[in-house]
Amino acid sequence: MDTNKLTQQDIIRQGEQVYKRPKLLLDNTMHYCPGCSHGVVHRLVAEVIEELGIQEKTIGVCPVGCSVFAYNYIDIDWQEASHGRAPAVATGISRVNPDKFVFTYQGDGDLASIGAAEIMHACNRGENIAVIFINNAIYGMTGGQMAPTTLLGQVTATTPKGRNVERNGYPLKITELIAQLPGTSYVTRQSVETSVSVRKCKTAIKKAFKNALAKKGTSFVEVVSTCNSGWKMSPVKANKWMEENMFPFYPVGDLKDGDKADPALYSKKN
Amino acid sequence: MAKIKGTVVIDTEECKGCGLCIGACPQHVLELSNDVNNKGYHFSFMKNPDKFMKDPDECIGCSNCATVCPDACISVYRLKI
Ligand SMILES: Cc1ncc(C[n+]2csc(CCOP(=O)(O)OP(=O)(O)O)c2C)c(N)n1
Ligand SMILES: [Mg+2]
Repeated sequence: MDTNKLTQQDIIRQGEQVYKRPKLLLDNTMHYCPGCSHGVVHRLVAEVIEELGIQEKTIGVCPVGCSVFAYNYIDIDWQEASHGRAPAVATGISRVNPDKFVFTYQGDGDLASIGAAEIMHACNRGENIAVIFINNAIYGMTGGQMAPTTLLGQVTATTPKGRNVERNGYPLKITELIAQLPGTSYVTRQSVETSVSVRKCKTAIKKAFKNALAKKGTSFVEVVSTCNSGWKMSPVKANKWMEENMFPFYPVGDLKDGDKADPALYSKKN
Repeated sequence: MAKIKGTVVIDTEECKGCGLCIGACPQHVLELSNDVNNKGYHFSFMKNPDKFMKDPDECIGCSNCATVCPDACISVYRLKI
């Protein structure tokens, strides 16, 4: 074959398609801003559900936040929850339908501030669900206000001079708190800024979903994310800012990978 | 030695021109168009796809671009030759 004469059409016709849009991702154009991490994570969730073949038994719970419309994009059953309550709603769904696989998809404002109680107790009870937690250190949907996860010094709409510890308190490492809870079996922090990190994040989401299917308690995947609009940066610059500022405080990696705690350790002695 | 030729097809109407794929490409075969799509975005595209087949910097079909794309608008093909 004279490779110099190969055209793009030849490669498409004779070659193999190594990447295609997952079937579970609907044709609707996502409303997210260009370069938003939500889009990548939606795609990964769609790919994992497709690969595990669990489309029919999956029920997602959407939060309030930019991902409020997740039900428009992934072709599974969804339930909308009010702000922060996704873990409570997911608890109800999964207890009534033990044969279903239930996951929540939540932002940092949703999960770590208004819904801090719900996520703590769901994880402490060890509900057999998976949680996808998009930490972009900001309230993206409402215009970029400070979130519990906003870094000290980070400029947001409500901290125009940067988050100040005297006025605003410390950023909350909620994933570290969740890893302490006995009901969780897998707690990890991932990111989606490079092709390598995206592939790792997909592996983590798959593990979390498999754990929930195997009734191993709660699995929790934080994705350190960008909100380039809220941060007022280009998508490329936002990724760089995240690497330089978010990763030192929110280091990527597994915090816990095993089983729920042994109940004997939590029981009365006699 | 078997060589891999790759190519990508970008749904330029779905592309929002975030540029993440351009940074993810190890071969630098993608760029943002001067032209805009119907949504008004400068979309990402493979400049002269047939010319790149002969270039040293040709596409290797690694899928890095598609992996980082938030709008899932990139398909990747590979041909072993
Ligand atoms: C009960 C209630 N309080 C406040 C709001 C306003 N509100 C909508 S989204 C949001 C924050 C979302 O931030 P986050 O969860 O981080 O999601 P993101 O948009 O950043 O992905 C708030 C406070 C609301 N919709 N409902
Ligand atoms: Mg947020």
